[in-house]
Amino acid sequence: MNAGRAGGRRARIGIASYLQVAPLTAVFALFLVVPILTLIVVSFFDYDSVQVIPAFVLTNYHDVLSSETTWRTYLSTFRFALVVWAITLLIGFWVAYYLAFFVRSKTLQTLLFLLCTIPFWTSNIIRMISWVPFLGRNGLLNRALLGMGLIHQPLEFLLFSDFAVVLVFVHLLTLFMVTPIFNTMMRIDRRLIEAATDAGARFWQVLFNVIIPLSKPGIAIGSIFVVTLVMGDFITVRLMSGGQSASVGLMIQSEISLLQYPAAAANAVVLLAVVLLMVGAILRVVDIRKEL
Amino acid sequence: MTEDPTQTGSDTPGAKPARATRRAVLQLAGAAVGSGAITGFPTIWAQNIKNITLRQFGTGVSNLNAVAEKVKQDLGFTLQMTALDSDAVTQKAVTQPKSYDVADIEYWICKKIFPAGILQPMDTKKIKYYDKIVPIFITGKLTPESTIAQGTAPHTVGFVEGKDSKTFSPKPTEWLTLIPTIYNADTLGIRPDLVGRKITHWKDLVDPAFKGKAAILNIPAIGIMDSAMVMESLGEVKYVDKGNMTKAEIDKTIAFMIQTKKAGQFRAFWKTFDESVNLMASGEVVIQSMWSPAVAAVRSKGIPCVYQPLAEGYRAWGGGLGLARHLSGIELDAAYEYINWYLSGWVGAYLNRQGYYSAVLETAKEHMTPDEWAFWMEGKPAKADILSPEGKVMYQSGAVRDGGSFYDRMGHVACWNSVMSEDKYMVQKWNEFIAA
Repeated sequence: MNAGRAGGRRARIGIASYLQVAPLTAVFALFLVVPILTLIVVSFFDYDSVQVIPAFVLTNYHDVLSSETTWRTYLSTFRFALVVWAITLLIGFWVAYYLAFFVRSKTLQTLLFLLCTIPFWTSNIIRMISWVPFLGRNGLLNRALLGMGLIHQPLEFLLFSDFAVVLVFVHLLTLFMVTPIFNTMMRIDRRLIEAATDAGARFWQVLFNVIIPLSKPGIAIGSIFVVTLVMGDFITVRLMSGGQSASVGLMIQSEISLLQYPAAAANAVVLLAVVLLMVGAILRVVDIRKEL
Repeated sequence: MTEDPTQTGSDTPGAKPARATRRAVLQLAGAAVGSGAITGFPTIWAQNIKNITLRQFGTGVSNLNAVAEKVKQDLGFTLQMTALDSDAVTQKAVTQPKSYDVADIEYWICKKIFPAGILQPMDTKKIKYYDKIVPIFITGKLTPESTIAQGTAPHTVGFVEGKDSKTFSPKPTEWLTLIPTIYNADTLGIRPDLVGRKITHWKDLVDPAFKGKAAILNIPAIGIMDSAMVMESLGEVKYVDKGNMTKAEIDKTIAFMIQTKKAGQFRAFWKTFDESVNLMASGEVVIQSMWSPAVAAVRSKGIPCVYQPLAEGYRAWGGGLGLARHLSGIELDAAYEYINWYLSGWVGAYLNRQGYYSAVLETAKEHMTPDEWAFWMEGKPAKADILSPEGKVMYQSGAVRDGGSFYDRMGHVACWNSVMSEDKYMVQKWNEFIAA
């Protein structure tokens, strides 16, 4: 009798919680699951130069996976992701460290953090494009360097190069590293650091044995942001490389613009799988939920 | 400018006597714009026309707000314009055929999309100035002696076999796919102050002297053509038809372009008009594929820029207006009205003054001053300052147009923008070039 009543309550709680998650589930189903399913279905369609032909063919995947261009493009995208990740992590970590452990006053902390977000008040594209006149052959930087007599020829590698792409990615994405790392650092119990110092640990020992292990969830979240944003990007690579570098996103975009939707869909499915694997790998290393 | 539409008689096919009446009315009306109105209820037409909105989309070159304003003023109905890049135009034309009434597309895009059945052919009988359209669009020959250029020459995709046909007719028929509106001969743009020597051939684009200072446009269908002009100029390949290359020809062209890219020849690949302007104006690039208004835009900043005629000739393109399949009734009438108005001179003069060419030259001439006509169309030195349609000084008095007269320019077309049979393969290879 008792057990039965408890069971009934559990069932009622069960229904209530299902109802509670229902709106979000519906939103996700409608705006995430359905589009991805559509994407997967279309990726098996056939096409010619003007239309998509419903069918079930594997040619799109065959084209994507067998083309050397795809592999080279993935390689260059991975390279961008890796380089940008390393640099944003380095910068992001130390900015967060400074904010969390050096700045004592709460007000100043908040103020400085807000300062970090100021660039986000303008659009991505504008922040990107504003580098162009700065880095160009006759741009501000080259003119300044020439004027100071430091160089005799304008530096050409500054703009429309991989350097420019990485620079802008770092500029755009570092905050995505700073925020989560800062957040986890703020949760670190200060007494742990004091204890470590009291026990004779030096700065680097504290850093590697206390702070970094406890900041891991933040680092993981930041890494997921940066890696997924770089992997999916098409506009930064196009604008900053002057259209000379390729990225997976750009490859998909040019297929879309040529009406090759099924090819683009197949490419997108492959990209999705690759990015999910990368996120999976990051989560393998750091259990975000456990450490939050 | 407009005739009173209530005076137009019935123009339904087969109603011959009524057509005769209309002609008579038109003659009386003098310079009035012809109306292709088919309607049994002229009064309703007159009342309803103001409520009509035609939605037109196309590339930025001819989707001009000034045209929409003039339409409202002259014809009374509303023309809504959307400007997109050429990839997006193709995409929208095919995938959202209900979202527009008038498609302003290039002929090579037409070759791609007309077979999809989203546009309806136009009856030449309802086009008042049909007989005056420049023969390039009808027979393919500018003058009876001209040879037809390679590529997708407009006349090859300008006609279909019948009212509901999707098959192009090699010979003129009564059914037009597009009404030609605007066309031009493209070449390389250069910065005369920075190139340091005379530019005479397409191969100068890949001259190592301009290493890291050259650019090419990244629209595969057009970029491959510029590459082909370069290849032929170098004597590397002799194409059977640059506008319809074989796989081997594509391979050879792309292999060369990749090699050139790896040697660091190119500063950038541009996709949009403004990118090309900025590359040139900032001095990042001194020689590149360019469009004529982009040259004008650079020049309007006070920076010297020349649209350099080259020995091998021009790469030409042409655009036109197509009617969406779903148009019918009064809206179709309005569309014909609009097309006839388009060819009646005001727009033609506007386009000619931007350095393009209009499809009916006679009517455009009536809307231009003799000096403007002599400068733009005859290649003569300007007697006074030449103004853009917006009233800005484009050329000082005494200047001569790059490339000379209409016949000098359009008579030296080597190739038209085109779609190849190996289109898919070409695009794949082009992407390899970009990714290389």
